[in-house]
Amino acid sequence: MEALAKSDFIAKEEKAAKPFVLWRPSAKTGLISWLTTIDHKRIGFLYGASGLLFFIVGGIEALLIRLQLMVPNNTLLTSAQYNEMFTMHGTTMIFLVVMPIGAAFFNFIMPLQIGARDVAFPRLNAFSFWTFAVGAIILNLGWFMKDGAPDAGWFGYAPLTTRTFSPSHAIDMWVMGLQLLGVASIAAALNFIVTIINMRAPGMTMMRLPVFTWMTLFTSFLIVLSFPAITIALIEIMMDRLFGTNFFEVSNGGLPILWQHLFWVFGHPEVYILILPAMGIISEILPTFARKPLFGYPIVVFSGASIGFLGFGVWSHHMFTTGMGTAATAAFAFMTMAIAVPTGVKMFNWIGTLWGGHLRMRTPMMFAIGFLWMFMIGGLSGIMHAAAPADAQQHGSYFVVAHFHYVLIGGSLFALFAGIHYWFPLMFGRKVSEFWGKLSFWVIFIGFNVTFFPMHFLGLEGMPRRTFTYDSNMGWNTGNFWATMGAITLGVGVAIYFITLIYTYYKGERTIKDPWDARTQEWSLPNPPPEYNYAVIPTVHARDSWWYTKRHLDEYKKETSDHLKDDEGHGGIHMPFQSIYPFFAGCGIFIASVGIAIVDFADPAKYPGFWGPKVATTIVGGAIMFISVVLWAIEGNDGYHLHLNPDGSVRGEDHSHAKAH
Amino acid sequence: MTTAVATIDHHHDPTTTTGIPNKKLLMWAFLASDCMFFGCLISTHLIYRLHPPPGTPPAREVFSIELTSFSTFILLMSSLMMALAVNAIQKGNLKSLRWSLLTTIFFGCIFLGCQVFEFTNFVHEKHLTITNSILGTTFFTLTGTHGLHVLIGVIWLTGMLIYSFTGRLQEKDAIDVEMMGLYWHFVDIVWIVIFTAVYLLEYI
Repeated sequence: MEALAKSDFIAKEEKAAKPFVLWRPSAKTGLISWLTTIDHKRIGFLYGASGLLFFIVGGIEALLIRLQLMVPNNTLLTSAQYNEMFTMHGTTMIFLVVMPIGAAFFNFIMPLQIGARDVAFPRLNAFSFWTFAVGAIILNLGWFMKDGAPDAGWFGYAPLTTRTFSPSHAIDMWVMGLQLLGVASIAAALNFIVTIINMRAPGMTMMRLPVFTWMTLFTSFLIVLSFPAITIALIEIMMDRLFGTNFFEVSNGGLPILWQHLFWVFGHPEVYILILPAMGIISEILPTFARKPLFGYPIVVFSGASIGFLGFGVWSHHMFTTGMGTAATAAFAFMTMAIAVPTGVKMFNWIGTLWGGHLRMRTPMMFAIGFLWMFMIGGLSGIMHAAAPADAQQHGSYFVVAHFHYVLIGGSLFALFAGIHYWFPLMFGRKVSEFWGKLSFWVIFIGFNVTFFPMHFLGLEGMPRRTFTYDSNMGWNTGNFWATMGAITLGVGVAIYFITLIYTYYKGERTIKDPWDARTQEWSLPNPPPEYNYAVIPTVHARDSWWYTKRHLDEYKKETSDHLKDDEGHGGIHMPFQSIYPFFAGCGIFIASVGIAIVDFADPAKYPGFWGPKVATTIVGGAIMFISVVLWAIEGNDGYHLHLNPDGSVRGEDHSHAKAH
Repeated sequence: MTTAVATIDHHHDPTTTTGIPNKKLLMWAFLASDCMFFGCLISTHLIYRLHPPPGTPPAREVFSIELTSFSTFILLMSSLMMALAVNAIQKGNLKSLRWSLLTTIFFGCIFLGCQVFEFTNFVHEKHLTITNSILGTTFFTLTGTHGLHVLIGVIWLTGMLIYSFTGRLQEKDAIDVEMMGLYWHFVDIVWIVIFTAVYLLEYI
């Protein structure tokens, strides 16, 4: 077999010469290796690093908001600056923090959990990341320009976002940035769907998938089906702003309520896009540290599916005060109450998992249990909003702010923090110190509650959202003061968390393989996992596959040696080539977006007719993108083969242009 | 070493878990997403149709149903040729593949030409522009987005036609043509919906 593979290699060598534009980068370290990477683990790392970076940006915005509101009639920020702060805080935390950190786990962990060597379309995956990066940059460019940052709220309600009311480029950048983030999310989600359905290891049936992988699948479907709504809404507002169409122009028959509907048709599934990955992470951590299988696995999976399904039928509960009429209001109120049922079912399943377990209170488990408690509080205040008459009172008040921070910080973020601690040993081979991890948990937990619990009362006392200051006689002074003290504590906690992570990355204690004695397949890998993930594709025999393997080692060893022979028979491990074109396409998109969103329409006296700097920039960027995509297609999805020694080290690379299987 | 197999099974891919080729699954999932894109645009058109501001020209006076019916027929025939192209490559008949692809491209171009003519005619003769009425806004945005899909399809098909001459497109690559076919049929089906909801609805 070896001889055959070798002769094949020599025979194909002659036609390996390719034109220079089809340069195949092969750097394994350094800048080029990162720009051309198509390794799902590296892309996951890039997503995670960007998410954490923007978490600092969004956190500073949040602290400035809280400092402004600490005392009545404060003048730290002007009203205009305050508008920029809350708009960018919301947009950043949702699109540039929680979603990319979720995507980091999808990329890094999901293929390992299903026993795959990469995602289905590795170059598309790289393209998703670069498009995401461009979108994030476009969104934040305004801070460095005289136009300023976007300031119309993260929901961007028309007609506030039309040119009449927001003439500066800030809104153009917001529109363009969000569209790119949508493209990036949809491309990534399509990739994950195909990967989960089609690239599972032998024996990994759907009902043996780890719950985190299930939640990745549901989230991907939600992204694919909900992001088009906001993309169309953004295209409509963009047409209004650039070409003077009438979608939201009331004097010509436009209906601003349409924006609200399209936005929330996306916006509510988005809420589940933010929380389902968190639920998946929790469903991995609780069984590992409770030393029990997940209680009611099928029910957890199916309730995830019903949350995703019902999530498309509740969007108008964001619009109870718009006067939709009694029937619509009642229907959406009913659906909103119904969606609490599968969520509650999950909550009881997690409690059932803890019940009677031998709990090991390590840092990930602390965050996971914090999640259960805080997310439940957020869920309970959410149920209050389902009652339309009560919601009419709470709408636009700090009560709503308290609610969604309990589900987004106490829910999503706690789970993501838990996940970072949980998978850190696998990703980097080092373990976060228990003392500093637990300290950061308690400071974050206390700071979070001190910040957001008083907001329930502030809201019920009538304090409106998005107000940049208030008078001292409104009775809101104490609550706001404590909320700001809490926010500072929360900031300190997050700082401890981050410094601990960075310290651990460089100097932390090295760990053994599978330090938590976990259950899912990714822990069978050495840490950090090698480029090819699995030297031998595992065979899955049970739901908690690694747990099963650890108790059937003889069977495992025999299968492994059989499969190793099979792999060598196929010419070794197939690895896809790196590619620079996803990055070039991203550069083209960046130039085109700058043209569309930022460059001014030219003075008609100077540039008569169609051509001007705006059109030229856009066309140049578009052309770079088009050429990159064409070259991407021409270079093809070739790869090379790796041959491993029995101990897993690489014996040789076979660079004959083997077509991807 | 299974390079020289006598027949290729075009309906089952042994390297994937489900046997469905990855590219086909990707295209189906993308089309689900594209349904939502067009769904939002068509909904926008239908909602605004119910609330015309005073002074909006009646759509029936603007449309030319004869021309649009013709271009619809041509687009449907292009779907037939696309299906023949998929069939041809699955049988390894490259000559037939090239003719089918060429005809599909030709029909796609006729459709685009009709649309360009229609747009120019509406703007210059019927005075319906994208800015002067809500009908113009939704009509041009919706049909323009569909035209963009057809254009992308034509470019993609042209690339395939070129590949069929350079040897990059052979029987084993039938899935690439099949994936393209899914896209093309989808764009056709969307046009049937648009033709019904935008044009025919005005004649009821």
